Amino acid sequence: MNNLIASTAIKARQLTEEEIHEIEHEKTHYPYTQAVGLEALKIVQKYQGWVSDESLLAVSEYLDIAPDELEGVATFFNMIFRRPVGKNVILLCDSVACWMLGCDNLKEHISNTLGVDYGETTKDGLFTLIPVPCLGACDKAPVMMVGRETYTHLSTNKIDQIIAHIRDESPVELDN
Amino acid sequence: MVKITVDGKVLEVDESKNLLEEILSQGEDLPYFCWHPSMGSVGSCRQCAVIEYANDEDERGRLNMACMTAPREGARYSIEKAAKFRAQAIESIMINHPHDCPVCEEGGECHLQDMTVMSGHNYRRYDGKKKTHTNQYLGPFIGHEMNRCITCYRCVRFYKDYAGGTDFGPQASHDNTYFGRWQEGPLESEFSGNLAEVCPTGVFTDKPFSKHYVRKWDLQTAPSLCAGCSVGCNTNPGERYGTLRRVVNRFNDEVNGYFLCDRGRFGTGYVNSDERITVSMTRSAHDAAPHLASTDEARSQLQAMAANSIGIGSPRASLEANFALRELVGAENFYAGISTNELAMSRQILDIYRSRPVNIANIKDIEASDAVLILGEDVTNTAARLALALRQSVRNLGKKMARDMKFPEWQDAAIRQLTMDRKSPLYILSAHATRLDDIAARVKIGTAANSARLGFAIAHEIDSSAPAVNGLSADEKELVTTIASALKEASQPLIISGTGAMSQALIAAAANIATALNGADKKANLALVSAEANSMGLALLMESSDNSLDQAMASNAKAAIVLENDLYRRAPASSVDSFINGLDQLAVLDSLKTRTGEQANLVLAAGTFAETSGTFVNYEVRAQHYYSVFKPVDTIRSSAFWLSDKKLSELTQGCADSISGGAGIATLTPGEGFSVSGMKVPRQQHRYSGRTAMRANINVHEPKQEQDEEGILTYSMEGVSALKDATVFNTAWAGGWNSNQSVFKFQSHTGAALKQATKGHCLVENSVSEKTWSEVTDAEKVTGDFEVFPLYHLFGSEELTANTEAIKAKATSAYIAINEADASKLGLQASDGVSVEHNGAVPYIIRSSIAPGTVGIPVGLKGLNFRDLPAAISLQKATDWATPSEWHAANIIVSDKTSVNAENGGEA
Amino acid sequence: MATDKPLTKNIEIGRAPFNFKQYEAAGGYESVRKVVTMAPGDVVNLVKDAGLGGRGGAGFNTGLKWSFVPAPDGGPRYLVINGDEMEPGTFKDRLLIEHDPHLLIEGMITTCFALQAQTGYIFLRGEYTVCEERLLSAISEAYENGMLGRNILGSGFDLDIYLHTSAGRYICGEETALINALEGKRANPRAKPPFPQVSGLWGRPTVVNNVETICNIPGIVANGVEWYQGLGLGDFVGTRMSGVSGRVKNPGCWEVPVGITFRQLLEDYAGGMQDGYELKAFLPGGGSTDFLMPEHLDLPMDPGAVQKAGSRLGTSLIMVLDDKTCPVGCIRNLIKFFAHESCGWCTPCRDGLPWTEHMLNKLEEGTGSMKDIEILQEMTTYMGPGNTFCALAPGAAEPLQSGLKYFRDEFEAHVKHGCSYNKH
Ligand SMILES: Cc1cc2nc3c(=O)[nH]c(=O)nc-3n(C[C@H](O)[C@H](O)[C@H](O)COP(=O)(O)O)c2cc1C
Ligand code: SF4
Ligand code: FES
Repeated sequence: MNNLIASTAIKARQLTEEEIHEIEHEKTHYPYTQAVGLEALKIVQKYQGWVSDESLLAVSEYLDIAPDELEGVATFFNMIFRRPVGKNVILLCDSVACWMLGCDNLKEHISNTLGVDYGETTKDGLFTLIPVPCLGACDKAPVMMVGRETYTHLSTNKIDQIIAHIRDESPVELDN
Repeated sequence: MVKITVDGKVLEVDESKNLLEEILSQGEDLPYFCWHPSMGSVGSCRQCAVIEYANDEDERGRLNMACMTAPREGARYSIEKAAKFRAQAIESIMINHPHDCPVCEEGGECHLQDMTVMSGHNYRRYDGKKKTHTNQYLGPFIGHEMNRCITCYRCVRFYKDYAGGTDFGPQASHDNTYFGRWQEGPLESEFSGNLAEVCPTGVFTDKPFSKHYVRKWDLQTAPSLCAGCSVGCNTNPGERYGTLRRVVNRFNDEVNGYFLCDRGRFGTGYVNSDERITVSMTRSAHDAAPHLASTDEARSQLQAMAANSIGIGSPRASLEANFALRELVGAENFYAGISTNELAMSRQILDIYRSRPVNIANIKDIEASDAVLILGEDVTNTAARLALALRQSVRNLGKKMARDMKFPEWQDAAIRQLTMDRKSPLYILSAHATRLDDIAARVKIGTAANSARLGFAIAHEIDSSAPAVNGLSADEKELVTTIASALKEASQPLIISGTGAMSQALIAAAANIATALNGADKKANLALVSAEANSMGLALLMESSDNSLDQAMASNAKAAIVLENDLYRRAPASSVDSFINGLDQLAVLDSLKTRTGEQANLVLAAGTFAETSGTFVNYEVRAQHYYSVFKPVDTIRSSAFWLSDKKLSELTQGCADSISGGAGIATLTPGEGFSVSGMKVPRQQHRYSGRTAMRANINVHEPKQEQDEEGILTYSMEGVSALKDATVFNTAWAGGWNSNQSVFKFQSHTGAALKQATKGHCLVENSVSEKTWSEVTDAEKVTGDFEVFPLYHLFGSEELTANTEAIKAKATSAYIAINEADASKLGLQASDGVSVEHNGAVPYIIRSSIAPGTVGIPVGLKGLNFRDLPAAISLQKATDWATPSEWHAANIIVSDKTSVNAENGGEA
Repeated sequence: MATDKPLTKNIEIGRAPFNFKQYEAAGGYESVRKVVTMAPGDVVNLVKDAGLGGRGGAGFNTGLKWSFVPAPDGGPRYLVINGDEMEPGTFKDRLLIEHDPHLLIEGMITTCFALQAQTGYIFLRGEYTVCEERLLSAISEAYENGMLGRNILGSGFDLDIYLHTSAGRYICGEETALINALEGKRANPRAKPPFPQVSGLWGRPTVVNNVETICNIPGIVANGVEWYQGLGLGDFVGTRMSGVSGRVKNPGCWEVPVGITFRQLLEDYAGGMQDGYELKAFLPGGGSTDFLMPEHLDLPMDPGAVQKAGSRLGTSLIMVLDDKTCPVGCIRNLIKFFAHESCGWCTPCRDGLPWTEHMLNKLEEGTGSMKDIEILQEMTTYMGPGNTFCALAPGAAEPLQSGLKYFRDEFEAHVKHGCSYNKH
């Protein structure tokens, strides 16, 4: 039986088979489970889009790592989302090379087009806009990532095309 | 030792320590935040910067953190030359800190305030917005105000690293770093209260204190003791306007160091409670109407009945009060007020300490132990401070690894990293999973009788001249040899047991193991936890007779004087009832209303620990003195006053004379004549405010100063400052150091013993080298469906502290704990209750660690009297069941996770 | 004849990277075949003698660093590859991995043998998704072909390599913070000493090396010290990935002989400034290096020479600041990055950087004061080397301190008028 204190009303969600499979795979890479904690959060995010309280608790129970420990890690790293995000996360590079080549204007353009500021998600749940530090493609600045795809040599025009392309796929509702 | 030069001054310092502690130890000032003498260095705050010069020619030097610097022979350092950097550091620390000192509870004893002034930051240049955070509800003990945080990481280093808590930590990062729980809710650690002292500013505050807050300098304080258990932690309680406001730690390197448990810190609210007996009452018969008795009346009535009366003492009353009662009724009529078994156990412990070649372990010994065996004592709930020390003991393997690698011991993070999850071995034999299982190498679940059997076998395995045990299973043999060899290999093995499991066999087994470990160059550490604050003192007084409470009740006495004791907590209700019914006269001296008191025809209002002075004898048989913090209303007097015409010092002397080996008792205070240049020790600080105004609404004349009966402290501001003479150390304050951190100014070396104040006096001097053994006692066969064992709760099991609001919020009413299989055999559903044979119905919880056929019954919780129960009972599903309103399952913090894994395997 | 471009010889932009067979056919994994016949200590000495400096930014002699690893005691030892690459303006490791993943694997195997480490981790920036896919497939090919796993090439040496993708924080590039991140902890750096070589990953001996550093190892082991030293110009040794970003005609990253001048890189490789733009200053090796000025263009791109000029070669990827871009704004952008990426462990960085950012914001917005410039100046020493727990904040202070030195007048002009450059 777990600690009876379990003072929170939050209930762990059931991890999916794929999630468990991948977590188990990660376990073979590290001699200590603590290392798997961060990996498991990434895995959960890969499938769920973000790390909800229910997911965090699920990982905590599955790996027997205190939720407070996981929270400390989840909130430290930039790329673990503890709040829901849109189906497509736009990571716009705002570091120095991209800045010199006009990323501030691009940000304004995206914000105007999508109606979102940094950290916000479009009403249709399709896009979340987040700034990202230097993406290591400074020779092709300005750049951004959408999902796992990197787009280089951006212009307002090119951004419109990318957004249109993504939009053509059927929109999906966010879970909250 | 090495010689170094600091700003031209030559100092001789210990090179195994860091430069910061060495500089502080010389009495110099150097600001710091993240370092703590108990927690070592991590070098994060950058406040303790000094300049270190490479050689004699070096003019520039380089900036180093003193806390991360090992002093080098002949090296040159400068504190002065790094002043600019330290000023910059404090300035940037302060950019987000609110300007709320006037309303902040830390104000006036704030390490951050002190360091800000010391580092030379006066005017704010930062003109941006400050970071703000939301605060969390952390339960009834600790308040949270994150905006004040300076990110020194001390809280997590204490809570997680030092105290082993898991439900708290750092979140986020950069200047948005946050310290809290992942979801708000009560902190689970039994040591959470230390956050209030460990935090250098007002992020974590003592919540009950907040409800009736006053500034540190407005508190009247005296050196006192925690009366919460047998450890006897040293405290400085503070009073204002006749109410006890709070308790903080008083440093004693051998008893409690820098830390207290939450029972000790938050459990004293009963002193102010509505349940207090504030006047003495008398009535002609049990059923007659009571009327007020004046002090003289009450006293003469008590004297009048004494001649034909028996006296029943108490393990929670002072040595002096018990002694006074014994004198009043005569030794042969003086009974201990505890059960025959408990008295036998206390005296057994005394006997062991005196006759076995063992070292009685204080917390420093416990922390230094490199292999530990706990026999049946739930230390976290019965002697919590020792559990915190045990958490340090398992780090000794890591410290050894570090020494081998030549890492300095203060390199806290590096050593933890090097060690990973390797620990010095700690073994636990217990009837249930405990809160120390997470650091245990092995946990073996079994009844006390069985744990004792294994204990005897371990002793025999270590030294074959110890009596042997027959009939061990193969698994048991393996466990026995594993534990025996770990203890044997250790350089400082420790055995812990105590009276908690209520088993003399267990204590005997512990003694045999410790004895067996005695060798040419080593003595084993032995700690035997006793039940209450003065259990051992009572045992010392009982040596000339073996009068237990059971014998008192069988004595056919017609009159009884009961000292600070609720007999219903100590014996079956039916026996107590018939005893009291057989009495013509019953006098009860107590501070709180009790069931025993309700039936008395003379009730005398007794002072609590905070209002009286006296001596307690802790689990180590260490006698310690506590001083009254404040004078209660006139009608409340100390039990010693009610029972005797003698002065307290005469009673203390009487104890010293009549107790064998007790001479030290008389040396605990400097004595009545104590003064420094004609001055006594003031309970009030020199900034104590409102002395002339605080009673102005009643009378504009300043009242006459209360007189202190002991003649050592005064109830006033006048007197000798602790900096001049700290023989009686009631508050830590030094120029520029208003917070508790100032204690280093009074220590012989940071973290080491105080230069002046007493550490108490151990009443057992043991130079035995010969080994003697206790015989293996066969367990009595118990008959019944479920074998009963006791469960303890830090919050609720102790009688007095349970009357404190904050403790009530963390406590619960009675329940039973059983194994899952048994619960389903009884057909229990989640919402059901269980009827306990001869008793009422109570809720139940399932604990996977509990062996089938055994049932855990909490001691001292309302709703079920442990003493009413035989050794085995039957249980049934309760019909007509409603959950009692004071039942809070959430308050029962157990750790049964580990018990389900194979290594710790339960027992059939 | 051995190549003169050991890092990029297999790289052809636009074509898929070599698979195992192709890589082997091009002479790949030769160093592994050779190293298993050598004594591990000799490999360490060889690399030390070659004079290879770490390519992660600090430039410490790689073989010397390896030699601090204590003798094997039977417990685990680790090689960790630092592929975090979050230093603004840096994009060399990405190029190497994306286009020739087997080179890194080969370098790791050879290095692990030298260190007698049986486990290697690649700590890769999470956003490098293409690198991730290509590395995963290269690793599994290496296993399939007996270059990884048990008893490699019958030598009795076992090695496993795992890929770890970061969850994103610049501080993870700092080697001890990286170790914490790999252990699943908050990536605060650790105090040194103890150095990772003695007590690193899980308290065990650990070497952390940059991707490019390790990509050099196969060549050195296969072709020897003399060959390697001959790659540099004059007295300089080896080649290194160097590149240019900003308003140049042909931004990019190339393997160049150590010792070419900044001007050569800027003009011969990057094609010079774009039309209409002039070079105002440049950051020689990432966002945490001091600005250099046009008069420094003829310095050789060597750590020692650059240090003499008051900066650091860092990652050797230069960022040019043109005359139409505001230096104050540029510095503000960098400081904002560093303030956000501060781990929050030590005071000067955690609280000094946000304050610095605040003052730069004020200057940009025209609400700054001379007092702010004075405090900015103080900040550069306050956050300087030795004053903080790790090198993040001192790195952040570099562009600021050199900016204040070279562009003081522009800072002061901002006090009166705010930023007068065109907005980007
Ligand atoms: C804040 C900070 C960030 C760093 N980031 C990187 C990085 O992304 N990649 C890298 O190889 N080294 C980085 N370093 C340097 C590493 O700490 C370390 O020196 C390097 O990985 C060692 O490898 P090398 O000896 O092969 O150069 C960083 C250092 C600091 C202080
Ligand atoms: S300089 Fe300090 S706060 Fe900044 S990243 Fe390093 S350790 Fe963290
Ligand atoms: S006390 Fe030395 S750095 Fe904090």
